[in-house]
Amino acid sequence: MRGTRVLWPGVALACVLGLAIADEPAPARQAELVRLVRQDCGSCHGLTLKGGLGPPLVAAALADKPAEYLRYTILYGRPGTPMPPWRAFLTETDAEWIATRLLEGFPDAR
Amino acid sequence: MRVSAVLIAAALLLSAGCAQHEPRGSGDLGVIVERSAGRLQVVDTTRQKSIGAIAGLGDLSHASVVYSRDGRYAYVFGRDGGLTKVDLLRLRIERRIVQSGNSIGGAISQDGKLVAAANYTPGGVRVFDAETLEMLADIPATYGDGGQRAKVVGLEDAAGSRFAFSLFEAGEIWVADLSVPRAPKIQKFRNIGRQPYDALITLDGRYYLAGLFGEDGVAMLDLWHPERGVKRVLDGYGKGEQPLPVFKMPHLEGWAMAGHLAFLPAVGRHEVLVVDTITWREAGRIAVAGQPVFVMAQPDGRRIWVNFALPHNDTVQVIDTETRNIVHTLKPGRAVLHMEFTARGESVWISARDDNRVTVYDTATFERKAELAAEQPSGIFFTVRALRFGF
Repeated sequence: MRGTRVLWPGVALACVLGLAIADEPAPARQAELVRLVRQDCGSCHGLTLKGGLGPPLVAAALADKPAEYLRYTILYGRPGTPMPPWRAFLTETDAEWIATRLLEGFPDAR
Repeated sequence: MRVSAVLIAAALLLSAGCAQHEPRGSGDLGVIVERSAGRLQVVDTTRQKSIGAIAGLGDLSHASVVYSRDGRYAYVFGRDGGLTKVDLLRLRIERRIVQSGNSIGGAISQDGKLVAAANYTPGGVRVFDAETLEMLADIPATYGDGGQRAKVVGLEDAAGSRFAFSLFEAGEIWVADLSVPRAPKIQKFRNIGRQPYDALITLDGRYYLAGLFGEDGVAMLDLWHPERGVKRVLDGYGKGEQPLPVFKMPHLEGWAMAGHLAFLPAVGRHEVLVVDTITWREAGRIAVAGQPVFVMAQPDGRRIWVNFALPHNDTVQVIDTETRNIVHTLKPGRAVLHMEFTARGESVWISARDDNRVTVYDTATFERKAELAAEQPSGIFFTVRALRFGF
């Protein structure tokens, strides 16, 4: 009885971790995504993501934007603006990972 | 013994000093921007090698460079609003200011005395003394009811201490006359088209052309006759076709002109547009490997070199201007960002950001002549730009 009580949360935690891992791009892909965002998104949003022709993408500037909104914008673009849809280059998982990292403050290359 | 040692040391110092001060011209020099490192490499285009590096230039994503008319000083416009005057001969920073929060590029006046920077934040143009970098004029790009400021793009130098530029959100072209630098006179042209994204000025300094992102077309101003207003050329070149997503904005500076034909990147299409510059009508289109970013003519006008946006950014295509056929396709590396010709065009230097190199090609044979290591190289700018309008 006592043993199961300890066990269950452990299993639940493992499940959550397992899910989280399965839902993230592989480390090599993450490195590619960091480069893509810094370099290619950076041609409009700036290498430091402080903005250019496109708006700033630093965490403070995105504070009121839900991750879902960012994910959608990344995949489908914003018609009427120069923001193109990136879904030819990115999976849903990639876009979600980028959106989450942007909200946390995007990692540096390497 | 001691005296002779001192003498030898003095002689060595003297000879080292002499070697350091060996006079040389600047006409065959240039710089390569290493965007992430905030550094420039100074290159010798005759020997096809790097002769030194200058660091500490801030955020150089999308950095651009103009030159003093003696080709000695490079003015480097950084994304972070930095404006740095670099001495190519002494390989050092002469002066550096941070003139705005976010800048896209700049220009130098016909007489070489004024340097102007185009800014996104705060939107507008600031003009500086080329010698001291003291600010002489601040031109806010206000529009609408005056409360909003537009991002400034396509800042070009025109004859007579004038600068022409476009306001992205406002859809306006302004011409600022800085004959009296501290009291600029501004002429505004409104409703020129939606979202001008970049501009060029013809080699004779006469026509200012702004590419439009928000619609198919190009806005043209004849600077000999500004009273005639801005005209639309290449109107509706897409003819209702659904444009492709644009993964990198095309650039118009360094555009291609061969005889009376001009070659321009089509926005959202895998095409180069051919324009007759006598009638300013479309004279054809050339299908290419991807969405063109730079469409540049060799100085002799015989061939056009084109690079592309993602996912075709490892490719460069070469078009023969007589037959309009693609005569060669090159793969200079991953993420080709820029191409620069030497003054008379015997070679072209091409940067490949993701392969950390710049490759020098012979333009007649397409042979690789040299390769230079560079950290994430972007723009390449040779001092020959000092002598031209719009470079």
